[in-house]
Amino acid sequence: MKRFLPFELIAALRFLREGRMQTAFILAGVTIGVAVIVFMSALLAGLQANFIKRVLTSQAHVMLLPPEEVARPQRGGEPGVVEDAVVQRPAQRLRSIDQWQAILGQLREMPEVRIASPVAAGSALAVRGEASRSVTVTGVEPETYFQVVRLPDNIAAGTPRLTSQDIIIGTELARLVGVEVGDRLRLSAASGRDAVLTVTALFDLGNKQVNERSVFVALRTAQSLLGLEGGVTSLEITVGDVWAAEVIAQAIRRLTGIRADSWISTNIQFFTAVNAQQMTNTLIRVFVGLSVALGIASVLVVSVVQRSREIGILRAMGARRGQVMRIFLIQGGVLGLLGSLSGSLLGAGAVIAWHSLARQADGSELFPLILQASLFLGAAVLAMLTGVLAAMAPALRAARLDPVVAIRG
Amino acid sequence: MAEGPLPAAPVLQLAGVRKAFNLGLPTEVEVLHGIDLTLRRGEFCALIGPSGSGKSTLLNLIGLLDRPTAGQLLIEGQDTGALEDAALTQLRGRSIGFVFQHHHLITAFTAAENVMMPLLLDRGWPGEAMRRVAESLLERVGLARWRDYPVNRLSGGQQQRVAIARALAMDPPLVLADEPTGNLDTKSADAAFDLMREFNRSRGTTFLIVTHDPRLARRCDRIIEVVDGRILSDAPVAALAAPAFPPAG
Repeated sequence: MKRFLPFELIAALRFLREGRMQTAFILAGVTIGVAVIVFMSALLAGLQANFIKRVLTSQAHVMLLPPEEVARPQRGGEPGVVEDAVVQRPAQRLRSIDQWQAILGQLREMPEVRIASPVAAGSALAVRGEASRSVTVTGVEPETYFQVVRLPDNIAAGTPRLTSQDIIIGTELARLVGVEVGDRLRLSAASGRDAVLTVTALFDLGNKQVNERSVFVALRTAQSLLGLEGGVTSLEITVGDVWAAEVIAQAIRRLTGIRADSWISTNIQFFTAVNAQQMTNTLIRVFVGLSVALGIASVLVVSVVQRSREIGILRAMGARRGQVMRIFLIQGGVLGLLGSLSGSLLGAGAVIAWHSLARQADGSELFPLILQASLFLGAAVLAMLTGVLAAMAPALRAARLDPVVAIRG
Repeated sequence: MAEGPLPAAPVLQLAGVRKAFNLGLPTEVEVLHGIDLTLRRGEFCALIGPSGSGKSTLLNLIGLLDRPTAGQLLIEGQDTGALEDAALTQLRGRSIGFVFQHHHLITAFTAAENVMMPLLLDRGWPGEAMRRVAESLLERVGLARWRDYPVNRLSGGQQQRVAIARALAMDPPLVLADEPTGNLDTKSADAAFDLMREFNRSRGTTFLIVTHDPRLARRCDRIIEVVDGRILSDAPVAALAAPAFPPAG
């Protein structure tokens, strides 16, 4: 008998050891329950992180845009007279954000904003010889923009360099117009201006449309080509907390008075899917947790019935109600804790196995392996608490046993 | 006139103790009707009576496992009537040892640990002193070499000897034994009885033994007979002229 352990813990461990079969079965139950929780959580965290990484490293978290042009029909005449008017929706010209440098300065002052980068974007034709393709020209400051959109992480060939004479294009466009790194490509804008630029790199963002339709040039080159000298069409922002993007967008709207769209509002379906996934995961955890709790409770209820005579003897020998209660609460906690340890190991093993088996068509990982210590710590604490709570009813029942009745059996 | 030795201090005093069940219900029944009884330090008494006479109920009251409906019950002069449940449990643990017919050892523990149990419950943590007490008692009951054995590997007689050692672990002034030899063969029964007798003499522990065995009852110092919830007779064995037990059949 260990001298550093209190009586209740010693008795709880001995009772669990004596009822080996019951203990083994309930431990197996708790292990499987915790393993399911760990597996699901790690899998969903990995998939979610993958989605978020894909979505949020290829677009800004918040985008500031110039106000849309609205029709303003001339009104006049006498007060109180409403004139009938046919108002046509105006075409949206390429416009710059007014005072964008001042706004950019304000944005960079905000603690929630990590990076803010100006962008001048418009459409043009990429022409080489007889081949031409319509493209979206995005003029950027590479040192800031490449921290918003991780283009350098997706370079298939060349070096992502952008001077005023350079252009980065997608692999699909390169194939269609027949250029390689180092070749020259002409861009013709609708305004009639054009520029001949050197292809410094080819990117592959994993989307055929984007690889065909997008090109990146230096901000000044785009401004000149699109007739936006000194202007920008958007300010693109990366924030610290991606889930707070909408709140930050609203704050920016209030601060600057211009339109600010968050990734949440522009990807509402994706955001809804992520939320649904999280809710599903939470529900699975709750139901698995409940079944674990009921399993522990039922085993301990049986144990109390089986041990009622021993409980009566302990009470006769001077065991206080609290001591008896603690014996069963500790049993619940120990079952939860041991089950969570083995369940965490099993769950982690299953995730690792699944991660190595489930691959994309190109052999790359389907989802990143995310096994955080907090997941295991959380599972252990939660399982132990569940065990203690589940043991509450049997423990109370044991503590309330009348020793006379219990001894008589 | 020369004065005799002073009587030993009372360990247990019952005055007008009554016990009824199903209080306030049409099925209310009183099983003990005003018991007056005093046990003094060092007495070795048998409690006899036919089945249903109220012996077990009386033993439960004396063992503080149940409370009387009326009357006074004192353990070493302390009135137990006003004690809260926790205080009653503590008094029971420290002042009363129990030996049951079916020994009722805790099978998850070894022989020595079972003997230590009352001390462990009282103090909360195991200690070397407890271990020494348990080993000394096991030696006294002849089970020193079995101290680390699980109790379910001991014979019935051995288990009952462990139970006797356990009842004495706290060195209580009073030990209540409910049919302690009822499940044992004659040899084991005699051994268990002799052990209790030895502890009674060497430690001055008061024993109250419920038994149906007239042979064992007559080896006690005093026989208390309960019939229909009342003490029918209470006398030293030496003073009993006729057998205290009705002839069999």
